[in-house]
Amino acid sequence: MTTMAEGAKDTPLIAARGISKSFAGIEVLRDIDLDLARGEIHALLGENGAGKSTFAKIIAGVHRPTRGTLALNGAPVEIPSPIVAQKLGITLIHQEPISFPDLSVAENLVLGRSDGSPLGRVPWAKMTRDAKGLMDLLGVKIDVVKPMRGLSIADQQMVEIARALASDSRLIIMDEPTAPLTPKEVETLFDIARRLRDEGRTIVFISHRLEEVRALCDRVTIFRDGAKVQTDTIGNLTDADIIRLMIGRPLREYMKKLGAAIGEVALKVEGLTLPGVFSDINLEVRTGEIVGLGGLVGAGRTDVARAIFGVAPAASGKVTINGKAVVITEPAQAIDLGLAFVPEDRATAGIFRSLPVEQNITAAAPGKIAPNGFIRRAVERTLATDSVRKLRIRLASLRQPIGELSGGNQQKAILARWLLTDPSVLILDEPTRGIDIGVKAEFYDMIGELAAGGRAILLISSELPELLALCDRVLVMSEGRLTANIPRAEATQEAIMSAAVPRSGREAVAA
Amino acid sequence: MTDHTAPHRVSALDAAAARPRWQVILIRPETMTFVLLVAAVIVSSLLSPYFLDINYILASFTLYAEFSLVALVLTIVIISGEIDLSPASNMALSACLFAWTYRAGLPMPLAILVGIGSGMLMGVINGLLVIGLELPSIIVTIGTLTLYRGLAQIIAGDQSIRLPQYFIGINTYLIAGVPVPVLLFIVVSIVLGFVLGATIWGRQIYQVGTSEIAARHAGIRAKRIKFTLFIVVGFASSIAGLITASRLGSVRYDLGLGGELQMVLMAMLGGTYIFGGRGSILGTFLAAWLLSVISTGMTTANLLPATQLCVLGVLLIVSIVATNLIYSRTQR
Amino acid sequence: MNILRNVFLRREAGIAVMIVLFCLCVGAVKPRFLTLDELRIILLLTPLILIGAMGQMLVIVARNVDLSIGSMQGFAAMVTAMMFKFHPEIPWFLGFIVAIGVGVALGFVNGALITLFRLPAIIVTLGTLNLYRGLTFIISDAKQIDRQYVPSALKSMSNTSPIFDIPWIIFMALGVTLLTYAFANHSRVGRQVFALGSNPTAAPLRGIRVTAVTLMVFMISGALAGLSGIMYASRWGFVNPSNTGFGFEFQVIAAVVIGGVSINGGVGSVLGVFLGVMLLGCVSAALPLLGIAGASQSAIYGAVIVIALLIDRSVRLRGVASLAALRARA
Repeated sequence: MTTMAEGAKDTPLIAARGISKSFAGIEVLRDIDLDLARGEIHALLGENGAGKSTFAKIIAGVHRPTRGTLALNGAPVEIPSPIVAQKLGITLIHQEPISFPDLSVAENLVLGRSDGSPLGRVPWAKMTRDAKGLMDLLGVKIDVVKPMRGLSIADQQMVEIARALASDSRLIIMDEPTAPLTPKEVETLFDIARRLRDEGRTIVFISHRLEEVRALCDRVTIFRDGAKVQTDTIGNLTDADIIRLMIGRPLREYMKKLGAAIGEVALKVEGLTLPGVFSDINLEVRTGEIVGLGGLVGAGRTDVARAIFGVAPAASGKVTINGKAVVITEPAQAIDLGLAFVPEDRATAGIFRSLPVEQNITAAAPGKIAPNGFIRRAVERTLATDSVRKLRIRLASLRQPIGELSGGNQQKAILARWLLTDPSVLILDEPTRGIDIGVKAEFYDMIGELAAGGRAILLISSELPELLALCDRVLVMSEGRLTANIPRAEATQEAIMSAAVPRSGREAVAA
Repeated sequence: MTDHTAPHRVSALDAAAARPRWQVILIRPETMTFVLLVAAVIVSSLLSPYFLDINYILASFTLYAEFSLVALVLTIVIISGEIDLSPASNMALSACLFAWTYRAGLPMPLAILVGIGSGMLMGVINGLLVIGLELPSIIVTIGTLTLYRGLAQIIAGDQSIRLPQYFIGINTYLIAGVPVPVLLFIVVSIVLGFVLGATIWGRQIYQVGTSEIAARHAGIRAKRIKFTLFIVVGFASSIAGLITASRLGSVRYDLGLGGELQMVLMAMLGGTYIFGGRGSILGTFLAAWLLSVISTGMTTANLLPATQLCVLGVLLIVSIVATNLIYSRTQR
Repeated sequence: MNILRNVFLRREAGIAVMIVLFCLCVGAVKPRFLTLDELRIILLLTPLILIGAMGQMLVIVARNVDLSIGSMQGFAAMVTAMMFKFHPEIPWFLGFIVAIGVGVALGFVNGALITLFRLPAIIVTLGTLNLYRGLTFIISDAKQIDRQYVPSALKSMSNTSPIFDIPWIIFMALGVTLLTYAFANHSRVGRQVFALGSNPTAAPLRGIRVTAVTLMVFMISGALAGLSGIMYASRWGFVNPSNTGFGFEFQVIAAVVIGGVSINGGVGSVLGVFLGVMLLGCVSAALPLLGIAGASQSAIYGAVIVIALLIDRSVRLRGVASLAALRARA
């Protein structure tokens, strides 16, 4: 399909030397030396924040390195923008594919290609034919005339891959592509990746899912805390090896849970249903208990949380809090009843970016700082200072905009906000996402302490080790339904995973 | 036991350093407005020595007091993340309904109630459309501004509806040397400034404007707050309409024509951020005086109304450029 | 399958149905409404709005808005008319070039302010709306240009032409419509406009030059506003600094919103806008027949905008987008 012959056979496609990157004074990548060979599938593994994504983005032209050099087929090269990267044959497929939702699939495939200037006619017929051809090549049934808006995430990814093919990319970087996919879709993706590799292209596969990496990849590079730890052929490393390299110490020592006395049922949900999103959800959380809620992205867990909290109420079902049946239609009610919800997306639904940290912390507890309507600044200052101390939030001043804090400290501030409301039930949605490992550990301690203090905690998480370490029970949702209720003693990664995958694909999951 | 001294790199700065306090106080849009106001007074006094007479300034402000009053409330609406372009038409329709019902025989107090009530009703309509039906406020209020003005035209036709002598001339009454409408403006500014700055409702308005989604998640009743604000704008507009009617002595359908520009201009000159979350009553207060001085100055300098219009248009653009620059500089 | 497409198609069909229903209703009360003469009147009401709406459609599809088109129409018309008055030796058809040129310049100013300073289009064009109107007054010394100064050849363009006695300006408006259709659907730049409105953050990543495209749509809007200016002179025979173009933007926005163009950008069809303009034309023509005062036109336009928004919203809610919208809503 394309001629790949450039440079000597052994010359790596991409050679990175000494690549470093800092954001606003914080170093996220340190002296990375890495070779990507032609015709291989290369995995980048590492925890959140380890630097694997940043490195890939540097190669894809999204970021520019603070130090270091890159070589393409042996010749030094600069990649200052995604458009230059595309011209060089490097394509990055984001986790959430970028597209123009109102334009058709065929148009999305074509737009931005450097063939032909913007002036000129749109060759509709040819475009549609070519697009159909690409879809057939990938073995995917997508109607290319449809607008992108209606497509599932998996299909959108396929279109992105087709784009990469159409522009003859020799390096395709996939950033956590499998999170929203069913196992069948994952297999389709893997087949395509293997075919591309056999054609001589290079695939970079960023993930933290070991079983997938093992199934697909030839070589793997492990990142930890901004540095490259090791590159090796996948066959030379066991899972335990990999985990050890990723985290720096064996898993079991890393997280520990305090024992807590488990009491009465604080939150009870029966028959909660929102057609098209989730159905017949029944769960219970007792005081002192940490109940995990696992599942794939899109399974409906956040929707359930939002329904309980009143952000987007369910259509039917019963919610009981501390023994009292309640109907919650807005968050203000939920808070009054003793619920707290730390949302998944703190940037959009959590922080008031430009407002002071102080105000962010007290935002959900107006009754405490302004009982008569007038804000008592001294009280606010005291409460905020207390929170900062207790949660060890690192900041320059309480008055600075919360947007200036690091992700981990922002999350702590949000947690502080909810603790100020004295909740009896805490729903945490991916609370440690995008947070430094050290801060993660602090969070785990805090969550444990909260439970020990008599609160009921519902922990939504996609990180299996987190669920296994912290929870007394793990519930699993799949495609809008509860599929498992696993006690701590029986909880394993496989058990959770197999309950999380859609039923149709369950046989397909390898033993 | 979890080891907190694990060998991970946390940089010395977990957050960027805060800005020095004096910078926070000085580099704000209100300072720009204040400086401009001082400059405008100086320039105007060169044009005409009257400008150094406080009574002259107060008296000439009466022409703008009505718009300024509404602009104060409009500022709060913009801070909350919405916009309302219909107040000027609201003023006209309220005044027309008031005058028409009075002429039709209704006793004055009832006619006044009709005027105010219709203003609030218009606010309710805006609120229902924007908040209840979740339509974009800019387009909705363009629609309602056309609608309300048109209704005023239907009711009043091309005529001026005269008002009784005792109703006319509220702007000539002085309390402590200050014309009543101006005094009202000052009082309302103080009250609203206090509410916005020192109460929890004011704080929540800023939070809603910064991020409505985050506000809802934090238990703030964003929709209720915004809906209330639309009604308050309607209320303020109707009062302003009545005051204008009193000043002019009669009511026509084109009362307050073009007022939306002036109100938005005052809010923008006062440093209100068009996208919500930032702004202040103080800023709009100063901007109202600024606009009054500029407009009166232009008239004294015998500038054509058309030229004045141009100047206002340019001012609007310049003011948002400056405000945006200041806000983007102080945000990281 | 093409659920969204079907919804869209329904929209244009829906407007067409509304037009037919409306005409039948009015025709039942006043049979005069359904004559060819009446059709001529309706058609003559629409060319200016149609041209303006084509430009506004592109602007709104690109996720912007242009509130200054009325003032641009007034200014361009005045410049052209003054040229006719003070330099009658210049061939009248050059007036077209002047009007369009002025419009392009004004549109460029709008676009430059918006792209250069990253200012919201709403406020900028609100400012230029007043700025240009003021300039119109200034250059004309607040005086109207009377009928005798407008070349009769220009005026006759609104009366007739050798083709079935249909006035030239109607052909012009249709021509602009067809050109816009070709541009929006069959030119790469046109598709970039839709792409830009559909996802402004992705656009630069896909090689779309956002600044250039934004400037372009505002200049097109200006050009068409300018064209509508000289057509105003042709249609009405005079140019008046306070009336010409006054309220034009609201009529155009009403038509565009009825026509199914989404305020969020990325969605819009020339056919829909055309039908929207026709509907408004029918409504405007029906008013005097039904004895409703011309004064209430504004009110009706306002109501129409609101109703169109309501329809837009209910249609959107029933579409496929509803699930995602449900999740995205806080």
